[in-house]
Amino acid sequence: MTPVRRRRLILVAVIVAGMAIATGLGLKAFRENLLYYFTPSQVAAGDAHAGQRFRMGGLVAMGSIRRTPGSMTVHFTLTDMKDSIPITYTGILPDLFREGQGIVVYGTLEKNGQFVADQVLAKHDSKYMPPEVTAAMQKAMQAQQAAVKGAS
Amino acid sequence: MFIWFHKLVSPPYFYKFAGRLSPWLAWLSLLVILAGLYAGLWLAPPDYQQGDGFRIMYVHVPSAWMSLFVYTVMAMAAAIGLIWRMKLAHAVSAAAAPLGASFTFLALVTGSLWGKPMWGTYWVWDARLTSELILLFLYLGYMVLNRAFDDRRTGDRASAILALVGIVNIPIIHYSVKWWNTLHQGPTVFFGPRADIPPSMYIPLFIMVAGFMLYFAAFILKRLQVEILQRERNTAWVRELVEKS
Repeated sequence: MTPVRRRRLILVAVIVAGMAIATGLGLKAFRENLLYYFTPSQVAAGDAHAGQRFRMGGLVAMGSIRRTPGSMTVHFTLTDMKDSIPITYTGILPDLFREGQGIVVYGTLEKNGQFVADQVLAKHDSKYMPPEVTAAMQKAMQAQQAAVKGAS
Repeated sequence: MFIWFHKLVSPPYFYKFAGRLSPWLAWLSLLVILAGLYAGLWLAPPDYQQGDGFRIMYVHVPSAWMSLFVYTVMAMAAAIGLIWRMKLAHAVSAAAAPLGASFTFLALVTGSLWGKPMWGTYWVWDARLTSELILLFLYLGYMVLNRAFDDRRTGDRASAILALVGIVNIPIIHYSVKWWNTLHQGPTVFFGPRADIPPSMYIPLFIMVAGFMLYFAAFILKRLQVEILQRERNTAWVRELVEKS
């Protein structure tokens, strides 16, 4: 390698390394601001301010969904297995919304501890399965439960 | 081997070589993509929670992977062009940029169309989506800067530096879903006992990736032919070629 080419190679390496370090430090400094949502335990601990709009992410608690007949209002509980926050939302829910699903809500925390959401986003868990497999798994689980019940 | 390489990267020889190879790759990519679409849209089973909606991933995922791969190719060619002053290397970067921008655009649009029914929104400013949008702007910035100077060589060098600076975004896009809470899901595990996806669903995906790769190979060669003609327009061999046809 000629000296000129070596010098250019070093220059290119320095540009890339410099950018990588600068970006790394920048992202480290902004770490908290890049978080897309709070968790229910952070909210319960008072990290998010009541009356201010913010995002909260967690799981829809099992058996917590209650729909108001004749309206598009739905009540459910958002949990991270430590703390739970009751949510009220009026509007169209995404396809992936169901009990046990990870979701992100956007809205305000009222004084009474009720979170009023004006947006509900569902997270996808990056798992793919044919429906027959799910049905077979559920059947196997029910059979197992029945066997356990039969034995006791 | 070394002599063969030197012959290959000489513009007149490469022009002919690319012209012969490109049509074969193009037809092959069409066949593979049609096979992948048939496998993905008809043979693969519907998903247990998304139904048929998940099938958009057979376009979305290959586009997104290609958007990162093409950028890496572009930045590496830019580095080679800067260090060794190789004519063909800058031409490779310039030919790759519009293809990479198209893959990025396709990934953003298909993701957005999937996001509306599944997430409940077309767009969120989370780390994955934002960094992928920055990638699109990097490609567009490269294309503009490359053509912004009267002297093509100045444009090549300026845009090569932009391409190198932008390479830091590639690991950020890849790891964004692990480093931060994002609405975009994390990476899917393909193999092993804890795989997230069965072979009946991932085989069509890999066929599509192969098809997209072949498409990229075919069209970067075609675009390189155009780049070479433009860059060598004052040489004797190009004049000869034009007069012959």
